[in-house]
Amino acid sequence: MNNAADIVLVFLVLTNLMLLGLSRLGACIRTVALQGIALGLLPLLTKGGHMELHGTAFAIAIILLKGGVFPWMLMRTLREVNAQREIEPFIGYGKSLAVGTLILVVCIWLGSRLPLPEPVMSSLIVPVAFFTIMSGLFLIVSRRKALTQVLGYLVLENGIYAFGVALVDKQPLLVELGILLDIFVAIFVMGIAIFHINREFDHIDTDKLSGLRS
Amino acid sequence: MICALLLIPAVAALLSLLVRHTLVRRVLLVLTGVGHTAVTLAAWNTTPQPLLSGWLMLDAAGLLFLTITSILFLACSVYAFAYLAIQGAGKQQDYEEGMLFTNAPDAVFCACLEAFLATMTLVTVSRHFGLLWVAMEATTLASAPLIYFHRHHRSLEATWKYLLICSVGIALALLGNFLMVIAASKPGGEGIAIVVDALIENGANLNVPWLRAAFLFFLVGYGTKMGLAPLHTWLPDAHSESPSVISALLSGALLNCAFLAILRSYQVCAAAGQAAFCQDLLILFGLISIGWATIFILGQTDYKRMLAYSSVEHVGILALGVGVGAGATFGAMLHAANHSLTKAMLFLVAGNILAAYKTKATTEVRGILGVLPWSGVLWIAGLIAITGMPPFGAFLSEFTIVKAMIEQGRIGIAVAFLAMLALIFIGMTAAFLNMAQGRSASDLRPPGKSESILAILPPLGLGALTLMLGLYLPPAVDSLLRGAAATIGGY
Repeated sequence: MNNAADIVLVFLVLTNLMLLGLSRLGACIRTVALQGIALGLLPLLTKGGHMELHGTAFAIAIILLKGGVFPWMLMRTLREVNAQREIEPFIGYGKSLAVGTLILVVCIWLGSRLPLPEPVMSSLIVPVAFFTIMSGLFLIVSRRKALTQVLGYLVLENGIYAFGVALVDKQPLLVELGILLDIFVAIFVMGIAIFHINREFDHIDTDKLSGLRS
Repeated sequence: MICALLLIPAVAALLSLLVRHTLVRRVLLVLTGVGHTAVTLAAWNTTPQPLLSGWLMLDAAGLLFLTITSILFLACSVYAFAYLAIQGAGKQQDYEEGMLFTNAPDAVFCACLEAFLATMTLVTVSRHFGLLWVAMEATTLASAPLIYFHRHHRSLEATWKYLLICSVGIALALLGNFLMVIAASKPGGEGIAIVVDALIENGANLNVPWLRAAFLFFLVGYGTKMGLAPLHTWLPDAHSESPSVISALLSGALLNCAFLAILRSYQVCAAAGQAAFCQDLLILFGLISIGWATIFILGQTDYKRMLAYSSVEHVGILALGVGVGAGATFGAMLHAANHSLTKAMLFLVAGNILAAYKTKATTEVRGILGVLPWSGVLWIAGLIAITGMPPFGAFLSEFTIVKAMIEQGRIGIAVAFLAMLALIFIGMTAAFLNMAQGRSASDLRPPGKSESILAILPPLGLGALTLMLGLYLPPAVDSLLRGAAATIGGY
């Protein structure tokens, strides 16, 4: 067991639960930013002193991007579209939290059932990563605002990254940078799309994007 | 050589953003298509050197899909040259609802189109699963602005669905990547790099449960991009709302690239002795896709959506072909080429029809043969080709797949497959013939103006190619298709 890593992982769970219960979009963005920073710290804490330069630099890049650049881009979009809060999500906040807790239980059960080929630094890692992935998916399907869906996508990506960082010793730098670049451009393009949706429709409610049928 | 394949479109994309002269930019687009096709054809003669310690390499399957992509891009770049000239700048009026909208800037369109080619090329040459993922996600990002070329609310809705559904799908494929790494790790030691060749070499040492999990995530993730039902929900919207030339590329080239990504993971599973597990899944998804498409093609009133659902049908046939395996694998490879050529041809002709009739409703288009003689003939030829009738190539490939099914004693699947193909034939023929024949309601075409040669030549060329594949397989093509089928365990 590694105490510092466990604390970060528990923090990830808490940010997920917070996201399920928050309605103010600004607060949601800040929570996702915190989650991104925690995620960047994860490899630094688990691998301790014997980190290579490439690993450290990459962790710092993650913190800067997920904790700084993405939230800044999304906050800018938020100001432009003039939407302050998620109004009447498909599944209410109380119910969302209940579903979230249920998913957490299932993920912990699932984590105890999956035999890993190698011992990992924390037994929490698999359930927490799966819980983060599921929370992201749940946010995408249960919220109306396009911006919240982008946040859900980021949380999903965070969960997958947590899975990777814990179980995969090292990916080649080229691939890691490529993945980061792709996610960066994805958030950028989605931000532009939200801006256009707002200009075209005067709102960013995706459930009203239903002109195209069968 | 691989370097040239990647750099030609990438540099052209950068130049397109910098060049200010519209005509120069459009000529550059066509030149990119010509250059890329030339290098691709050169790769048929001499096998390109692997790059980045074997991460970038062209095998038979890669070369096949690269060639399809390259030829389609060449045809589409010529078509786009004429298309952009007609579209022009300024306000446009929407055909369906009459509102005014503008088009995306010419520079953005050309640059994204070239970047799209660069990313698809990267998919076909990638041997490393991580790099493959990066390239697949990049295709989504490069093509999203293309779908939103006509800046109005319907295309925006289609773009948003495409962006979000495909990004989430491909994110799941990233999880598949990590699961693959776990499957390839050795206790206490350095794991195997997740490069296709290294994984196949060590196939027996892979951890089977994790490998199966990885394949599931790859199938769902890349299957979303490929348009396998029920993960295809973005596809009809994106194909019907984007400009026809983009629909042609999405349907003909992009879906194939996603299919190649699934084939890569299938190759690794087959090396680990898990081919049967994967094949059952592929058959299942294939049948669901064909069935789903059948339901939506019957009674479809929008001809571009009909073509889009036909794409769902054909990716289903591809999955089914690989799922059945043995001789059907060759059929699937041939079918990938036939479907791409035919579908791109049909979408380009649909673009001509849409430009003349200004409606996408099958019921409102009458008498294409009279109004647009060339497009009308191509429309009928495309119908015969896409429904798998002789003498076109799709007949040969579908026949090969059915033959393999019967040889293996899978009579039930064969009967279901043929029944669905028959229903689709009825649905498409009724709509297409109705559009082609009869008399148009009003005088649509200003007298004395014939169809533009640039709008006819690309679909004509693609149609001729698929006709050739049906009548005569050149030895070089035949050996490439056999090589591609052999890489994924068939013949």
